[in-house]
Amino acid sequence: MSWFKRTEKGINTPTELKRETPDGLWYKCPECKNVMHTREHKQNAYTCIHCNYHDKIGSEAYFSLLFDEGDFTELDKDMISGDPLKFVDTKAYPDRIKSTVEKSGLKDACRTAYGKMNGQDITISCMDFGFIGGSMGSVVGEKIARGIDHAIKTKTPFLMISKSGGARMMEAGFSLMQMAKTSAKLALLEEAKLPYISLLTDPTTGGVTASYAMLGDFNIAEPGSLIGFAGPRIIKETIGKDLPKGFQTAEFVLEHGFLDFIVDRKDLKDKLASLLAILK
Amino acid sequence: MRTLLEFEKPIAELEAKLEDMKKLALDNNVDVSDAVRNLSSAIDTLRVETFQNLTRWQRVQLSRHPDRPYTLDYIERICSEFHELHGDRTVRDDPAVVGGLAQIEGVSVMVIGQQKGRKTKERQHRNFGMPNPEGYRKALRLMKMAEKFNIPIVTLIDTPGAFPGLEAEERGQGEAIARNLKEMMILKVPVICIIIGEGASGGALGMAIGDRVLMLENSWYSVISPENCSTILWRTWEFKEQAAEALKLTAIDMRDNGLVDGIIAEPQGGAHLKWDEMSEILKKRIISEIANLEKMSPQERISSRIDKFCSMGVVVE
Repeated sequence: MSWFKRTEKGINTPTELKRETPDGLWYKCPECKNVMHTREHKQNAYTCIHCNYHDKIGSEAYFSLLFDEGDFTELDKDMISGDPLKFVDTKAYPDRIKSTVEKSGLKDACRTAYGKMNGQDITISCMDFGFIGGSMGSVVGEKIARGIDHAIKTKTPFLMISKSGGARMMEAGFSLMQMAKTSAKLALLEEAKLPYISLLTDPTTGGVTASYAMLGDFNIAEPGSLIGFAGPRIIKETIGKDLPKGFQTAEFVLEHGFLDFIVDRKDLKDKLASLLAILK
Repeated sequence: MRTLLEFEKPIAELEAKLEDMKKLALDNNVDVSDAVRNLSSAIDTLRVETFQNLTRWQRVQLSRHPDRPYTLDYIERICSEFHELHGDRTVRDDPAVVGGLAQIEGVSVMVIGQQKGRKTKERQHRNFGMPNPEGYRKALRLMKMAEKFNIPIVTLIDTPGAFPGLEAEERGQGEAIARNLKEMMILKVPVICIIIGEGASGGALGMAIGDRVLMLENSWYSVISPENCSTILWRTWEFKEQAAEALKLTAIDMRDNGLVDGIIAEPQGGAHLKWDEMSEILKKRIISEIANLEKMSPQERISSRIDKFCSMGVVVE
C-alpha cells in the first residue's frame, strides 16, 4: 500500500503557492499538522502552540513583535532597485522587480526602522524572504548600510534580522560588493563601540552568512533555522554523500561554535532588551 | 603540449604553417622571406582581431586556461625571495591558499594567493583552488602579521569559489569570509588585490578587500560563475554563454561599473603564452601601486578604502 503513503519528506509546495503568514481563520502547522486559531498562532509570535515550529515571518511581523506598541519610524521607505546591468534571464530584471513588488507589497528584501524596545532605543534592519528569496542586491546593502549609519549617529544598538538565500544574481558584481559595504559599515559600528546583534532566521545562507549575518557581537538564531554558507543541495552534489541529520540547523551551528545562543521567538524581545541593558 | 581553446585554433594552425614554411626553406635552401613576412603579419592581424572581439564567455575560458600562470608561478618570477608561511594556528594548513614574506625589487611584501594545481594529483592537493575556512584564516593571520611589521600586502585571487563542503560548513566558511571582509577594511598597511584568473563570489571577495583592486585583462569576477548562474536561472548549464553576458563579469565590465579600480593588460594572446612577460608587467604595477599608496597615511587609506566599497551599488530613491 506504499503508494498511499507520502514518500517525499519536506515541503513540496511550489514557490508561488507559499506565503509567509496565512490568511483565514485557522492555521495548520506545516511541521506537526495540528490546527490552531490564527489569532492564537499570532499571539504566540507565529510559533506553533503544539510543537513550537517557528513559522517564517517578515519585517512587518518582526517590527510589531519587537518595537513597543508596534510603534516605529521606517528609514528609506521608498528606496527601490535600479537595473545597473540591464540583466535579462528568462525575464528582464525590472519586470521581475515590478511583479514582485505587486505580489509582495514590499519594495525590496529589507526594511530598516528605529524605535523603542522595552523602552530602549534600537535600530533594526529586517529581511523579507518573500522578495526574490530575500536576496541581497544594492537596495538591501544600502538600507543596511544606512541603518548602521543611523545607529552610529543616534548611538543606538543595531539589530540585523537575516533571512536570505544569498546575493541577488541579477545585480551580479554589485550584489557581491554589498557584502563588502555592509562589512565596512560594521567595522565603523565596532569602532563606535555600539552593540551589534545578528539574528539568523530560517533560512540564512550564501553571501549573507558570509558577511553581516556572522559578524555580530552576538550571533543568535531562531530554533531549527537553516544556516550555512553553501546550500545543502550544492554540498550534497559536491561531496556525493547524503548529509547527516540536523546538518546546518541552528543547533548544529551553535554546537560548532558560531552562535552565542538560540532564542525562542516568544522570548526574543525580553531577552534582547535585558542583554542590551547589561551593556549600558 | 599546448592546450588550445576553440578560438585559438585558427591562429595555431597558421603558426604551424609558418613553422613548416621556415623549415622547408631551410632544408631546401630557398628564400621565402617575403612569404614568411606575409604570413607572420597575417597571424598578427588574426590574433589582434580575435582578441579584440572576445566574448565574455571566451574570457572566462581564458581565465581558466590550463596553461595560465598561477599564484606560485608569479611569486617565483616576481619575488627575489619568498618564505612560505603555513597554517591558521587553529585547525590545519590549507594548501588552496599560499602566503609568505617576500621581496619584490628590494621592497618587503606579504604575498598571499589562492593556488590551483596543474596536474591531477596537485589539483586535488590544492582542492582546485577552493579554500576551506582555514585558508581564509591563514590569510588573515598573515595579513595581521604584515600589519604588525608595517609591510604592504599583495593578494592574488584565482578561485572557482570557497569550498562547499561538509567540514567547511562545520568550521564556519561563512564566518571566516565575513571576518576577512571586516578586518581587511581596517588594515593599516597598503593592500593591493589582483584577480589573476577566476574571481568567484565570496570565495574571491574574502581575500579581495584592498586599496587597489585590479583585474588581469582576461580574468573574471562576479557573484557567481556563469555555469551556476545558468543552472539557477535557466535550470540547465547550457546557457553559460548567455549567463556570462548577463553577469558582465569581465575586467572591462567591472572597471566600467566602478567595482574594481583598474585593469592590467596581458601580453597579446593571453598571459598563458608569455609567463615571463606577464610577470614583469605585474611586478612593475605592484611596485608602482605600493609607492603611490605609501604616500597616504594609514588613516587616509582606511577611510578611502571604506568609502570606496560603501559607494558601490545602484538604487533609485
